[in-house]
Amino acid sequence: MFEVIRNETLAPSLHRMVIRAPRIAAARQAGQFVIVRAATDEERIPLTIGDADPQAGTITLFIQAIGASTRRIVAAPAGGTLRDVAGPLGMATEMERWGRVACVGGGVGTAVLYPMAKALAQIGNEVTTIIGGRSAPYIILADELAVFSAAVRITTEDGSCGRQGFVTAELAELVADPARRPEAVFAVGPVPMMRAVAELTRPAGIKTIVSLNPIMIDGTGMCGGCRVEVGGESKFACVDGPEFDGHLVNYATLADRLTMYQEHETCRVGLG
Amino acid sequence: MNNNLTAKERMAIERVRMPAQEAGARSRNFAEVNLGLAEAEAIREANRCLQCKSRKCVEGCPVNVSIPEFVTALAAGDLATAAAILQKDNALPAVCGRVCPQEVQCEAHCVRGVKGEPVAIGYLERFVADWAMAHHGRLATDEPAPPTTGKRVAVVGCGPAGLTAAGELTRLGHEVIIFEALHDTGGVLRYGIPEFRLPKRIIDSEVARLVRSGVAIECNVIIGKTLTLPQLREEFDAVYIANGAGLPVMLGIPGENLKGVYAANEYLTRVNLMGAGLDPTARTPILRGRQVAVIGGGNTAMDCVRTARRLGAERAMLVYRRSGAEMPARAEEIHHAREEGVEFILLTSPLSISGDKQGWARALRCQRMELGAPDASGRRRPVPVPGDVFDLEVDVVVNALGTRANPLLTATAPELALNRWGNIEATPTGATSQPGVYAGGDIVRGGATVILAMGDGKQGAAAIHTYLQQSN
Ligand SMILES: Cc1cc2nc3c(=O)[nH]c(=O)nc-3n(C[C@H](O)[C@H](O)[C@H](O)COP(=O)(O)OP(=O)(O)OC[C@H]3O[C@@H](n4cnc5c(N)ncnc54)[C@H](O)[C@@H]3O)c2cc1C
Ligand SMILES: Cc1cc2nc3c(=O)[nH]c(=O)nc-3n(C[C@H](O)[C@H](O)[C@H](O)COP(=O)(O)OP(=O)(O)OC[C@H]3O[C@@H](n4cnc5c(N)ncnc54)[C@H](O)[C@@H]3O)c2cc1C
Ligand code: SF4
Ligand code: FES
Repeated sequence: MFEVIRNETLAPSLHRMVIRAPRIAAARQAGQFVIVRAATDEERIPLTIGDADPQAGTITLFIQAIGASTRRIVAAPAGGTLRDVAGPLGMATEMERWGRVACVGGGVGTAVLYPMAKALAQIGNEVTTIIGGRSAPYIILADELAVFSAAVRITTEDGSCGRQGFVTAELAELVADPARRPEAVFAVGPVPMMRAVAELTRPAGIKTIVSLNPIMIDGTGMCGGCRVEVGGESKFACVDGPEFDGHLVNYATLADRLTMYQEHETCRVGLG
Repeated sequence: MNNNLTAKERMAIERVRMPAQEAGARSRNFAEVNLGLAEAEAIREANRCLQCKSRKCVEGCPVNVSIPEFVTALAAGDLATAAAILQKDNALPAVCGRVCPQEVQCEAHCVRGVKGEPVAIGYLERFVADWAMAHHGRLATDEPAPPTTGKRVAVVGCGPAGLTAAGELTRLGHEVIIFEALHDTGGVLRYGIPEFRLPKRIIDSEVARLVRSGVAIECNVIIGKTLTLPQLREEFDAVYIANGAGLPVMLGIPGENLKGVYAANEYLTRVNLMGAGLDPTARTPILRGRQVAVIGGGNTAMDCVRTARRLGAERAMLVYRRSGAEMPARAEEIHHAREEGVEFILLTSPLSISGDKQGWARALRCQRMELGAPDASGRRRPVPVPGDVFDLEVDVVVNALGTRANPLLTATAPELALNRWGNIEATPTGATSQPGVYAGGDIVRGGATVILAMGDGKQGAAAIHTYLQQSN
């Protein structure tokens, strides 16, 4: 059992949860995730470790409650418990002093981006952050990111906040400007967004790292369910990733596999 | 026992048949296939044992269960004694009685089998173990706690090897904590072997017995991630590594990442560990294929294809590149699968999987094979029949080609010597290249059997005990 210390709502259906997990807090590096199960009989859900406080023995998760399982996770109140929290899993973000980097987040991907961007800034990179969402309420963590970013640029599809359009418009400007051109780009978000970012940086030859979100079960390399095609090879996102060279990822297969349990007849009784 | 029986009379008794759920019904439910023997049947079967002096059966058992002794007690109707003998030698008899490949282990050596059929040792083991479980209250209760030694041992992995080692070490007075990566116990016993062969309540009850004896189990701790081996070595006096061989071997053919293509571990884990399609309250989904092809010929493949049947597959097909005679699965499982309507597509090797526009697997392209000259394994090597290629219509494909060592732990313990397959190098007693660190089970052997893993656990515990006594 893992105690929930805090649980607050940041945006519609976006929660920040602080959980007591001393060993994970001590071991965790930026880019890693945990597998969480709210209770017995629940799915095992991967969630990025947004932040960790080794002294207090806590980790912070940012959770977008989009489906039944994530909704049940965020339903645990402060003082309540989560049945299982296992980790830290996955490889840590490759930390390097690139100089100028752009960190691009889409929707809840911004939550996954946050620890990467923070860690990149901490080792001396100049971080420009670009975050996007459907409309204003879906823009998350802008203030938190501003603390260590040289600039935070916002885009929304409906123009209700920041520039109207997609994150790629902002990124294209950066890339085109020799004075601001990033040495490396980190992108996390929906598959089409990561793909668009990778296509934008490819001709410019800018190193691009994406964080992939395939469906996972164990998160330890045992089941093979999270496999993604990178450079023509099958990789397991949970142990080889979740971050990969964005120019080598087969996004079509990833997007397909994410829909595996959407419309098909499956054995899932009691769908919430 | 009935000592009045002559050898001839014993020879005249026919081997017992295991009562089983009717094949048509059981191929659509997850309840246990084998129903177990009645007491009278078990005693009669025990009387088939010739009590020969040579005790060949014991040699055939990797943990040397005192087979003649427990069978003799059973034949005399003394079930409590039979149970005590069995439980002393084997930490998980109710498991082994169900899943051991008896036909190549104990029963293969049974003298009674030279002329006619061997004694059904596995069935008898299951009967006695189940009886012991049901009469737990009536048996001499759990052993008294041993004097504590003050030594602490960490066990990595809660499968048969780790559970056995932990049980033995506790019995010797050491404080033991098992660290398990998943949220539940049992290792492959729970996430791999299906309910219809090994009910979860059997694992639960065996694990509960160990916990009563003092073993502590911490789930959700991944050694190599949550804690590292060096950390364990600092905190504990010795470490036993039994993290299994859970890394799927990929098919390496085009289309293996289409939707509907599973690795066996994912398919089985969804059902067995997460209750998909099994437990009405479980949230984890699984695809119910109508036409399911499972690739492989081992126990894992057999479990997958029979699971597919139970999830509703109209055609559950096993695609194996050699012939039936070479299939490594237990004979009983192959037999049961056939009865349940599984189609065996033998001498067939997969070439590619093709999909539709939405990315769903639709057809498995296959190459017909024939058996050529024997290879290094002594088995005749399958070679392609030129031009003989055909398609199987599928909506789910399960890859059950096997597993390799998972590098999660070893990648963070570079000081540990590995062999060229990535398995941990260990002596027969489990000693690794690092003092105080022992290892056994599938992580040392590669995919093996439950009882071999348990044998390793037992030997490892003995070696750790010696080490701890010397290292004062
Ligand atoms: C390494 C990793 C880190 C992640 N970090 C975060 C995070 O920090 N915060 C956060 O809110 N989300 C994160 N996710 C995504 C999160 O795991 C999924 O949103 C969650 O599993 C959906 O579960 P659900 O049952 O609530 O939704 P469902 O109702 O099951 O599914 C809703 C939608 O999500 C898709 N989906 C299902 N399972 C997954 C999955 N495991 N990953 C991605 N999509 C899935 C489905 O196809 C469907 O489109 C991460 C995913 C990965 C792989
Ligand atoms: C589907 C299937 C069917 C089988 N059928 C049979 C059969 O009928 N008869 C038979 O004799 N054998 C059978 N086997 C083989 C048998 O199950 C294995 O040989 C046996 O389970 C090995 O035991 P083990 O203790 O070494 O490892 P496992 O049972 O694999 O247990 C290892 C445990 O360690 C955990 N772990 C892994 N990494 C870590 C880590 N880093 N930190 C913490 N914990 C970790 C795992 O989650 C797991 O719980 C079958 C195997 C499979 C896959
Ligand atoms: S443990 Fe397995 S091999 Fe040994 S006697 Fe029992 S069934 Fe036979
Ligand atoms: S989630 Fe199972 S292998 Fe990655």
